[in-house]
Amino acid sequence: MKTSVRKSGKNSRSQLTQFLGFLALRLSVYLVLFVLIYFLYDVLSHGSKVISWEFLSQAPRKGMTEGGIFPAIFGTFLVTLITAAVAVPLGMAAAIYLNEYARAGRLTRLIRLSIRNLAGVPSVVYGLFGVILFVNLLKLGTSVLSAGLTLALLTLPWTITASEEALKTVPDSYREGALALGATRWQMIRTNVLPYSIPGMLTGAILGLARAAGETAPIMFTGVAFYLPFLPASLKDQFMALPYHLYVMATQHHSLDRAKSLAYGTALVLIVFVILFNLTAVIIRSRLRRKWKN
Amino acid sequence: MRSVKKKGLLGDLRESLIHRLFQASGMLAILILAGILALLLYTSVPAFKEIGFKEFLTSTHWDPTSPEKPEYGFLSMLASTFMITVGAMLIAFPLGVAVASYLSDVASPRVREIVKPIVELLAAIPSVVVGFIGMNLVGPFLARIFNLSNGLNALNGSLLLAIMALPTIISISEDSLNAVPAAYSEASLALGANVWQTLIKVKIPAAASGIIASLMLGMGRAIGETMTVLMATGNARAFPHGFLQSVRTLTANIAIELGEVPFFSTHYYALFALGLVLFLITFFINLSADVILEKQKKKLQ
Amino acid sequence: MDKTDINAVYKPKILVEDLNLYYGQKQVLKSISLAIPENQVTAIIGPSGCGKSTFIRALNRMNDLIPEARVEGKILIDDENIYDRDIDLVALRKKVGMVFQKPNPFPKSIFDNVAYGLTIGHHRGKASLETAVEKSLRQAALWEEIKDRLEQNALKLSGGQQQRLCIARTLAVEPEIILFDEPCSAIDPIATSKVEELIHQLKKNYTVVIVTHNMQQAARVSDFTAFLWLGELIEYDRTDKIFTNPANKLTEDYITGRFG
Repeated sequence: MKTSVRKSGKNSRSQLTQFLGFLALRLSVYLVLFVLIYFLYDVLSHGSKVISWEFLSQAPRKGMTEGGIFPAIFGTFLVTLITAAVAVPLGMAAAIYLNEYARAGRLTRLIRLSIRNLAGVPSVVYGLFGVILFVNLLKLGTSVLSAGLTLALLTLPWTITASEEALKTVPDSYREGALALGATRWQMIRTNVLPYSIPGMLTGAILGLARAAGETAPIMFTGVAFYLPFLPASLKDQFMALPYHLYVMATQHHSLDRAKSLAYGTALVLIVFVILFNLTAVIIRSRLRRKWKN
Repeated sequence: MRSVKKKGLLGDLRESLIHRLFQASGMLAILILAGILALLLYTSVPAFKEIGFKEFLTSTHWDPTSPEKPEYGFLSMLASTFMITVGAMLIAFPLGVAVASYLSDVASPRVREIVKPIVELLAAIPSVVVGFIGMNLVGPFLARIFNLSNGLNALNGSLLLAIMALPTIISISEDSLNAVPAAYSEASLALGANVWQTLIKVKIPAAASGIIASLMLGMGRAIGETMTVLMATGNARAFPHGFLQSVRTLTANIAIELGEVPFFSTHYYALFALGLVLFLITFFINLSADVILEKQKKKLQ
Repeated sequence: MDKTDINAVYKPKILVEDLNLYYGQKQVLKSISLAIPENQVTAIIGPSGCGKSTFIRALNRMNDLIPEARVEGKILIDDENIYDRDIDLVALRKKVGMVFQKPNPFPKSIFDNVAYGLTIGHHRGKASLETAVEKSLRQAALWEEIKDRLEQNALKLSGGQQQRLCIARTLAVEPEIILFDEPCSAIDPIATSKVEELIHQLKKNYTVVIVTHNMQQAARVSDFTAFLWLGELIEYDRTDKIFTNPANKLTEDYITGRFG
């Protein structure tokens, strides 16, 4: 007897479960996308009403019910710069150690374990750590420096991981080729590994910094201020920052309703900032990937 | 004929110095982790001395600023943290695994390339923005549905934390599903199973440990999240009795009180004790997830 | 003709004495002893997995890059044991150059590729660099083809040209020994014949060791041939002897294509 392999009703039940199963999966994806898009839409539709050149370029006025958010933009920029100055070189160095020098062993395992665990430490705990270490022990006070250093610790595991990913994209043949020509390990890294991995490292760093710039809890007690009439003049000064400004406008303001529309503006600025960073990073990354393929 | 013996030690010294320098940067990670633990412990000790472990661990009352008798029980906040987290996972885990399955086994490469960055974008939204949306969008929505005066409650927190934990759950689960050797699913397909049956009966069981790890990492993320719950859950101090009540988590309590507390007071130390608890909980959750993932990696190699 | 006979006629450049090499628990090379004569081409043949690549990588200590690799025994190059503690790896690798299986030019210009070994660590005048680069490219029979586009990215060259560029890059650091690890397995037949001709020319000035899985290639380019099998040196002799009248049955079976 011959068995036909044409489609028949026989398999229809399993076909139906597959259809329904896939449908459920697809609906889950739509739900997630819908939530994200709805969130973005909400912030965009409310926030765009407030955004103007004045909003971006001026200081808050009249108890933060009028004016703009320039000090907060400036403060976030400044604190992120400090974070970058510390976390990016340290992250790169640690990644170079792990990918180019370290051999499999207990120390390497312990370092990797620590990095993965650091990435999971709650941001408010980093804030507490920053209060003890930078504000009190190192006597930096509540300042933009303390806040930047706290954020740098928080960002470090991300920059290490991203830098290591970038180093991994450099083919081993570049390393072997250099060593076989009599390069020392550091010469090999400097001339034949770093030039091809630095763009990728910086891309990863940008993503990490974008996340750091949006953090609130770690800076809340280490240096950010509710409202300041002046921009910080030194690294020991307090500063205003976008995420904390948003928090204050949304929860601590004496007239919440009037502050709400301005808060939406701040939220929009913050989101646009993060999305732009992410987009840039994604575009650079896909370009780099294409480059390596050829 | 050239000799290849070393001439002078200078070159060697330079290289080993550079090596040590990089090694030190790597070891910084260990130092930071140990430093966090050490300083939290050190700053918490006065709290335990002054309050006593018994009150801290068994009392549900937290009222450090009471003029008559300050109380330092962390149970209500612990319960709130767990309640919100469990609620968040009940939503995020099935949803996350579904999205991960879709991305790994159903979606075309093009769809995957569009959806994945969007999911990553979800992870990039600052938690303070999520909290703000919770206050102004999700809260009023919940208030209308359940007929409440406001929507700042545990459910709101769970919904938001679910959204925030989703990217972690999706990406780790998807990695685990992708790590299942193609031979497994090919064998299943060759026996006449369809893609859905293969996914449910072969791939998800094979990737189970990684999927569990994704759940744990998502939990770790939710437990440690501060701004979102601070803004969206109402922050009532009472022991939680239901999802429609206002609650205050460990993280929110630290954020609320640390700004107002005098340095080096009992209350100040007690907040660091809460931080220590938080650190230990997330540390053990992350560590277990890590062990599971490492084991899976070895098994599938 | 055994080892002592080869030594009587040719001056050995590399003397391998009782070399054992392990990857973790697994022994990859078993008690290998042979003398590689100066200014001759020595081919290492054998079925894949016999340890021939591992062997050639032991000669410039590229195996050091594999964490679990462990070496016992001696390799003397000009009477210096390269596994001694006081060996300068940089000097060793400059003296013992290596050309890899897959052409691996760096994503730099043609000029920078050839100049790479000369510019790391110390600075040379531009004029002397240019002379050295031209000389190496001429030696590698590539000069005429690319002399007008030295600034072009090396990755734009054809596979065969890339491999000759890698040879030029190796020649530029003025090695005494050149190791070829299956240099033609990734390039086409015409490019292969160019590289083979080049190898033939090189032996005037260099000692050449070439690993190949292609027996015709070994027969064409080499003066001596070593046959490795499962990490052991089965037979080592003049190439014409190995290919016409092998002493060992295994060797005969392999070169007549009964396994491999």
